[in-house]
Order: sequence, then C-alpha cells, then structure tokens
Amino acid sequence: MLDALGQILGLIFSVNFILTVITASTPLLLAASGELVAERSGVLNLGVEGMMIMGAACGFAAAYVSDSTIVGALCGILAGAAMAAIFAFLTLGLAVNQVATGLALTILGTGLSGLIGAGFVGMRITPAPQLYLPVLTGLPVVGRILFGQDAFVYFSFALIIGIWLFLYRTRSGLILRAVGDNHVSAHALGYPVLKIRMLAVLFGGGCAGLAGAFLPLAYTPFFIPGMTAGRGWIALALVVFASWRPGRLVAGAYLFGAVTFLQLSVQGLGLGIPPQVMSSLPYLATVVVLVLISRTRGASGSAAPASLGVVFVPDR
Amino acid sequence: MHDVLPRGGSTRAEPLLQAIGITKRYGSFLANDGIDLDLYPAEIHALLGENGAGKSTLVKAMYGLIQPSEGELRWMGRKIILAGPSEARALGIGMVFQHFSLFENLTVAENVALGLAPTESFKSISERLEETARVYGLPLEPNREVWRLSVGERQRIEIVRMLMQNPKLLILDEPTAVLTPQEADQLFVVLTRLKGEGRAILYISHKLDEVKRLCDTATILRGGKKISTCDPRKETAASLARMMVGAEIGEVKLATGGGVTVPRLVIYQLSLAPDDPHGTYLDNVSLEVSGGEVVGIAGVSGNGQDELFAALSGERLSPGEGAVVIDGLAAGLLGVNERRRMGAAFVPEERLGHGTAPRMKLSENALLTGHAASGMVKHGFVDRPATLATVDRTTETFDVRKAKRDPEAMSLSGGNLQKFIVGREILREPGVLVVSQPTWGVDAGAAATIRQALIDLAGRGTAVLVVSQDLDELAEIADRIAVMFHGRLSAPLSAAEATRETLGLLMGGATTPGSETSVEETSHAAGA
Amino acid sequence: MLLALERRAERSTAIGIASPVIAVALTLATVAVLFAIIGKNPIEALDVYFLEPLLDPFSLGEIVVKATPLVMIAIGLSLCYIANVWNIGAEGQFLVGAVAGSWLAVRTNGTDAGYWVLPAMLVLGTLAGALYALIPAICKVRFGASEILTSLMLVYVAYYGMDYLVRGPWRDPKGLNFPTTAPFDPVATLPPLFEGSRVHSGTLIALMVVMLIAVMLGRTIMGFEIRLVGAAPKAAGFSGFNADRLVLFTFAISGALAGLAGIIEVAGPIGYLQPDISPGYGFTAIIVAFLGRLNPIGILIAGFFLALTFIGGENAEIAMKVPLDLTKVFQGILLFYVLACDSMIAYRVRLIRGVRKAVPANA
Repeated sequence: MLDALGQILGLIFSVNFILTVITASTPLLLAASGELVAERSGVLNLGVEGMMIMGAACGFAAAYVSDSTIVGALCGILAGAAMAAIFAFLTLGLAVNQVATGLALTILGTGLSGLIGAGFVGMRITPAPQLYLPVLTGLPVVGRILFGQDAFVYFSFALIIGIWLFLYRTRSGLILRAVGDNHVSAHALGYPVLKIRMLAVLFGGGCAGLAGAFLPLAYTPFFIPGMTAGRGWIALALVVFASWRPGRLVAGAYLFGAVTFLQLSVQGLGLGIPPQVMSSLPYLATVVVLVLISRTRGASGSAAPASLGVVFVPDR
Repeated sequence: MHDVLPRGGSTRAEPLLQAIGITKRYGSFLANDGIDLDLYPAEIHALLGENGAGKSTLVKAMYGLIQPSEGELRWMGRKIILAGPSEARALGIGMVFQHFSLFENLTVAENVALGLAPTESFKSISERLEETARVYGLPLEPNREVWRLSVGERQRIEIVRMLMQNPKLLILDEPTAVLTPQEADQLFVVLTRLKGEGRAILYISHKLDEVKRLCDTATILRGGKKISTCDPRKETAASLARMMVGAEIGEVKLATGGGVTVPRLVIYQLSLAPDDPHGTYLDNVSLEVSGGEVVGIAGVSGNGQDELFAALSGERLSPGEGAVVIDGLAAGLLGVNERRRMGAAFVPEERLGHGTAPRMKLSENALLTGHAASGMVKHGFVDRPATLATVDRTTETFDVRKAKRDPEAMSLSGGNLQKFIVGREILREPGVLVVSQPTWGVDAGAAATIRQALIDLAGRGTAVLVVSQDLDELAEIADRIAVMFHGRLSAPLSAAEATRETLGLLMGGATTPGSETSVEETSHAAGA
Repeated sequence: MLLALERRAERSTAIGIASPVIAVALTLATVAVLFAIIGKNPIEALDVYFLEPLLDPFSLGEIVVKATPLVMIAIGLSLCYIANVWNIGAEGQFLVGAVAGSWLAVRTNGTDAGYWVLPAMLVLGTLAGALYALIPAICKVRFGASEILTSLMLVYVAYYGMDYLVRGPWRDPKGLNFPTTAPFDPVATLPPLFEGSRVHSGTLIALMVVMLIAVMLGRTIMGFEIRLVGAAPKAAGFSGFNADRLVLFTFAISGALAGLAGIIEVAGPIGYLQPDISPGYGFTAIIVAFLGRLNPIGILIAGFFLALTFIGGENAEIAMKVPLDLTKVFQGILLFYVLACDSMIAYRVRLIRGVRKAVPANA
C-alpha cells in the first residue's frame, strides 16, 4: 500500500506530470473559455461536445489534406462556429428553448463528425510543432514546460487573459456582462441584445471547435470517432465551477487535467485497479465538483448571470 | 448647469417635440389612435390617463423604442424617425421609465456608463456622476452595486444618468409610484429647478393631485385616443377624473353588515430571513385583523411586503407555528393548501406567473387555488366540469370580459384577469383574505369593482388584509392602516390618524415626533 | 429587412398538430440532399430507410422491438421535461437497470431457479434505475447542482461500470473470451410473443405504461402539478406544490422506466448482457420525447418513427453502404426542425422593414 502511494507521489512530482497536465487541460480551457463568454451574455449552449467533436473531425480532415496544422486549426474553428450558428439561429432567432437545442446540437455534431471523420480513421498526420527556443527550451525542468509547448497551449493562455481584459476592462465587455445580467434593461437602453448574444455564441463555438481540433492535431496525431469523450460536458461544468470568472476557470481546467493524468498514469502502475474505475474518474470528479461548488455558494446565491438561459423576444 | 435653451422672447415660440397623428397597432388592438401632442420648453406637461390608456406606448414611440404604425414626430420643426433610444438621446431626449433599466449586479457607475454614449472614459463618467448627483440633491456612490440600493435610490441613478446627458426634453413615467410622499416632494423640487433651466418635461401620471400641483399643461388620454389638452390648475380633480375615465365612477360604497368581530388573522412576532439574499428580513411583525374589517399595509415596495405575503400564504413557513394564526388555529408551520383548507385565501401581487400560469386556461387557473379545498378534486382526479363552473361563476359575478369561455390567462387584459383572480378567491367565501396590490395596473372600472368586492366581503364577516402602495386606495377601503418599512411593521393607525403626511413619514422610516400615542406605543415602528 | 418574432396571443393549436409533420417533411428533404452529397441516390436511399422496413412483417416486428425501449424511456422523460427538469442521463439509468436485473440472472444461471426470477429481475431493474436517477435529482434539490451535467456524467460512470462487470466478474467462462455473460436461462428470459418474431411482452408493458401516464397527465391533480411546475414555477408554489418533491418524483419515475426498459431489452431480445446493449436509446428517447411533443400519443408515434430510422439505418448500411452515423445525423436534424417548427406555436414571424436613421437635428 505504502509502496503504491510512493509510486503515485513519484509520478506527481515529475516534469512528466506537469507536461501531461498542461496538454490535458488545454482543450478544456479552450472550450470552457468560449462557453464562459457565451454564458456571460446570457446564453447556455449545451452543444459544446458536439461543436468540439466537429472541430476535431473537420480540423483533422483539413490538416490531413493540407498537411498544415494551421489550416487544420482554422477549419476546426470554422466548424465549431458553423455549428454555433445553427444554435444561434434557433435559440436567438426563433426563441427556442436553449437546453433542447443544445442537446440537438450535440447529437447532430456527434453524428456528423462520425460521417466526416470516417474516411480519416487510421490516418496519421504530423503533430503540431512545439516551440523551440535555443537556450530556453533546453533549461532543466522549466525548459520544456514553459518554452516547449505547442501553439495551442500558448494560445489558450492568451485567450483567457484576453477574455479577462475584454470582460472587465473594455466597454464592450461591460455591455456583454450587462446583457447577461438583465436583457430587458439592456434592450431598453438600446443595446442589440440578440446581436451581442449571437457574437458571443459564435465566439464560444469557435473556441470549442479549436479545442476539439487540438485533440487530433496535437494531443494525439490521429482521429478516432468520439475522441472528445465528454470533454465538452466537463467544460460546461468547469464554467459553473469557475463561477463564471476567468481566473477560476484556469484553476478548474488544470484541476481536471490533473485528474486525467491520474487516470492515465495509475493504470500504468499496475496497482490492480480496474481500468474502468480510472476511466470514470473525470466524470465522477465532475459530479463531486458540481455538488461542492453549489454547496459553498449557499448563502450568497448563485453567481450565474441573471438572465442565463432565459429566452428573449424584444417587442417592437 | 447652464440653461439649456436661450431665454427671452416668447417662451411658447415653437414646440420642442411634436407628435402628430401617432397611431400604434398591435394586431387588431389600437394602443394609440391618432394622438397629437406638443411639448414646449420650460414647461411641465402632464400625460394623464388611467392604466391601459396608451400613455406608455406613446412615450415609447417618442423615445424610439417602438415605431408608430402611422403618424410622425417632429423635433424643433423637423420631421424625425427614431431608430432607437440612442438616437433619441442624441437629439436630447431623456427618459426615466417606470420599470428601471438597471443591472443589479453591476455598480452605479457601470450602470450610468451603460446609459451614456461611449464618448468619455469610465473615470470621467464616475466623477461627473458624483458631481451631477450632488448638484441636484440626489446623492449617489459610484461604486456601490445596485442590488444594495432602495427603490428611491435606484430611481436617482436613472435620473442622474439622464441629467448627465443634458437633455432638452425629460420624460418621466409614473415616477412617484415607488416613492414615499416626502421623496415625491423632493423630486418635485428637482423637476421645478429643471424647468427653470429651460428644459421641457413630460410627466406621466394617473395621480391627479400631483399633476395639479406640479404641471402647467395636461393632455388626457383614454382608450388610446387624446381626449383633451388643458390647464390642470383650472380644472378640478373631479373634472380631470371624468375626462380620464369617461364616466362617473361611483364612489365605493361602505359596507353594511355586521361590525368588527373577533381577530381572524393574527400575525405574532413574525421574524423571517429572506429566501433571496437580496431580500428583506422580516423583523418582529405583529398585526391583528378582525372579521368585518379591512386593514391596509402601506409602504413602498421592497420593504418586506413580498416576504410577508409569502409567510402569510404559507409559501414560506414561519419559524414557529404561532407566528401566523388563522381563526384561532396556529398555522405558522402549515403549507398553502392547509391554510386554504382553514378558510384562508390569497391574491399575490404578480398576476401572471404567480397568481396564474399565463399559458394555462382559466379553468386550470381556477384549479390552481381551488384544488385544496373547493371540491374540484375527487380521489386524485380532476373534476373538470367543476373547474369550468368556477370560471363561469367568476365571470358572471365579477364581469370578467374575455374572448371565449375558457381562454388562456395571458389573453385577458390586466383588469379582467385581476377580477378573475380576486373573484375566484372571494367566491370561496374565505374567512381570511390577504391581497397584495389589488388594483396595480388595472383600469379604473375594474379597480372599482375589485375594491367594492373587498369591502363587501369584509361586510360579510371576513378579515381582509390589503397590502398596497397606493395610499388613495387604502384611504378608500381600509379601516386601519399600518406601514411597512425595512421589514418592520408599524402599529396600525385608524383612518383619522392615517393622514398622508403621517403615513408618508412612516413609509420613509421616520417616527412622528410628539405624542401620537398609537405610534409611540410600538417600539417596532422605529425606523433607521 | 429582418425577421422579427412576435408572441401570439394564444398558442396555435393548428400549428401544434402540423408542426411534427412539417418537421419530418423538412428533415426528409434535408436528408435527401445529404444523401446526394455523399453520392447515394436520394430516392433509393429514402426508400431503403423509410419504406422498405415497413413492408416486411419481420422488419415490422424489429421496429416494434426497437420502439419499445424508446417509448418507455421517452414517456418517463416527458414527465421530467414537462416539469422543466432535465434528465439527460436516461442512457445511464437504462444501463444500470439492465445491470441490476442481470445480476440476478447471472447469479441464478445454471441453477434450477423457479419462475420468480424474471419478475424479480424486472423489479430490480426498475428500482435500480429509479435510485440511479435520484442521484442527480438529490444533487439538484439539496445542492443546487445542474441536473443536466450530473445526470449526463453518470451515464459515463454507468457505462464503465457495466463494461467492468461483463469483462471481469460476470464474463461467461465458456464464452471464448468475448465480453458477455452466459446466455440467460429460460426463466430469466422474456419470451417472444409470436413465432418468428422477436416482439416480446415488454411491448405490452410499454403500452400499458403509456396509457397510465396519459391518464395521469391529463386527468389527475398530480399531472396538473407536473404541468404547472414546468409552466409557472412561482404559481406552482402558490398552488401549494413542492417543487423539490416534484423533481425527485419525476426523476425517480423516468429512471424507473428507463431501468425497466434496460432489463426488458436484455432479458428479451438480447438474452444476455454485453457492452453494446444500447445504440443510444437513452439519447434517442430524448428526441422521441420532443418529436412526440411531450404527449403520450405523440410519443408512441414518434417512437415508432425513430425506431424505423434505426432499422432503416441498419438496412442502408448493408444494402447501400451508407454509414451508420447518418442515422444520428438524421435524428439530430429532425430534432432541430421539430424545435424550430414548435417555436411557431407560440410565436409568429414578421418581416420588419428597416428603419431609416433619424434626421440629425442641431444637437
């Protein structure tokens, strides 16, 4: 028992751990960041999983055909945004219930990605290039961690910082937060609520698409149908966990990345734990996190944007 | 602040804003029908009419929120089409709505910034807002979150925000509905000052005495049409009311019947923490309502009325069973249905969404409060004919106008729906009736019907408790009036003691100095 | 010019009836286009998908077999959705029910157990499904956690749990290392109703359940409560109904029905437990519920229709090499159209001519 513990500890305090956590957390961070913006504007898009898997399929297909990671990434973004556009048309244009539409988006995305990706299963591409700076990357310990990541990782940090600045330091960000707080007031003040929400939703879709594209482009250099394995749903839970604040989102994403790492590595330790237990860890962890975060909020009430999920139809 | 427009010369030279033949249709319903209106600078112009007359619609058209179906607007003589409120603001039109356009979780400064054009820095807005607020006597702290502020303070944000844009025309929609009489007086001082600066003010109200005090001109709307434009100071309240309503609305007749009997509803030292973190804490509320009398609770909304209603109806349980007693039985720990079985009935403030399910039929809405104790449910099965019968009886007794026998609740007008909601409870002949804002947003005819029904019910021996923001209404129907402030309830005043001034002071949280014994007796009345 | 939505004064019953039909028509048109894009003859594909399965009696039987779990799960889900409570984890509850009932079958396998085994299995499956569904319900009621996310996460957990059991402790030792249990004894099996068909008495159970729930929703005070909580939660509180209790109740019922569907599927058409017992019934049932407009009769029709697409999909894969994923795409598109058409019940679309800008005055 102690021996096993020692082995686990040895795993955690290793460069390998940090590197794995970073790559495991990146898709979560990317997807959750986009969804955070959408939800701050008042829209609950449950279709993140569908947008992600579409990003994965289209991104991989494009990268394979063009032999370029960038093209793949861009196609992933476009695929996610296109799916989000369908969602926006229904929920914002036709005032359809957001929960049902998000589910429909997930089902459609899963099926469509299978169709698109079917022809590419088993193919390999060159994985996304990792940064290499002459002296810095060679540094012990921090070298690879700070200076040896692929573009997605660096972008994910730039993204969340950019989102923070946008939300709290720009007027547009203030308007977006206002729309999420009270769309009736925002409309009365003359702000184009539906247009703002649409932009936020498209942005969220693009991020989800990019997050999905990360998986076959950088995480593993091949595509498997369903490879998102529920990460989209975990991203949704992360937004709740983060109380809709960017800073806490990073912490949450990395926490889950750590759980993923645990899941992968413990299996290799041969501790006799059935693989299925480890596989279900991230999902169980999500449930636990959701329960805990709601408990601690208790007295201060929900931190969710007040008009989250509420349908808005302006009168003319 | 400098004067907005040059003085000197005839002040009535040219109207600032003209509405010509404004018509607005919603489907087959004419909200506005060919309305003409001229607004001149340095003048306070009242827009009078009862609820549903079309005042809000006209004004929304003037502010660019909606487009008129026919007719045009002219600003300083030139025809304009307003695509939205920002264009109205750019011209110099400012508006303070009845329902504020505020964001509760953002700060005062952020709220103000959102209402202004994006031409200044946030810091500059913050400073200017504090300055403007101070100058006009409406102090505000830029960094407080709005949910912490009282209704009166929130209105200040709206006003200051508007003033910061240096408007030539100010439109105020029922501004005193949410103010105590003293706060209303303060507002009039500000408005008079603004008029002195040469600005035009359009003041929407249905309160005649205010209009007579404050306004130079009045235009009266009824049923979407303009009835007349006149000088309110030359008219009597009665003549104005007649123009507003179109007929003599008889005064409510006092009940004939048994006098006051025993206490049927007793609230005893009720203290309750709010459900919602932004709510009001109920603090040691006590009150007795006897059979045969109507007791009123006055107070600006947001002082605990919602929480009190929920505690009385049973939607929220009290800490102790003795906190609420109905006909001698401790009910504090009993739920809504049990209280209904004890013979109590309730009418909440919000018609759609609380008192009724908007998209459900009237028969189902009858079932909503009737299933507990009115014989509509047998062995778990719903007796639909019984629910329809209730709808029919209510329709007949209270003159509910509707398009078909059993329509969706939403399709009824405010007044008719309110008659249905109050009627379905009164038809149960309850021993105790608690009503919140019985005639809010209801046309005068329906309001009169409802108030008479409440008085008659009391006359038959029921204990009736009415929570209302409308002091005139309470003056009309209540035998005794208590005031709610910050979750505390004053001792009830008799009709004679309950002068407008006294009530106003209590609503504002003050105690009257001096020796009014009934007020001094209760230590609970002490405000801030 | 732009399209604007305008709320109708009263919901349109005409569109309420026409909406699913229009949605199906639009979906068929869209899917025909999709077929053309992937290089298949649209007419032929539509024929193989929708028409052919209806012509063969065995095929019809297969549709009924597939429709049974769909309808049973969907009718339970409809209670939740009417109450505005989102049980997305029916797939997991289905699996848990299958596992719980199978436990008894595996336990008594090869022994000379009596006829009590099958009913006991059904009861176990039902209870297990209900309890599993109560987990997200309690998380919501007690802790305010989103039931959408928790119920969905538990699907993955259920799947892995079942996977572990059939690959590990419950694996058939005589099964050549395939991850399945031993075939169930006859006493643990739901027999087919007719010769030559796999239609079983589970279908009758499903029909009975649908009727019971139809009566409950339409005629009882409990049904009124469910409808009211979904339509106007504040009014429901005013009516004296406890929203928390209702969340627990609807989740438990839908979980129970999903669990029952699970064990019926395993004890009936399949006959043993293995990882693949569900082609996504729990998720397709969500579509069935919406397509059926959360109405019992509608759900019967929608269940049949979506089961048809499953069979059609399998046939098309064999006959025309159309990938099976197309069925999922079809279902997703169908749900979109259903939602879009349904929106027209409460709203109408109007064309708003653009508004010219204001003539700038001397500001």
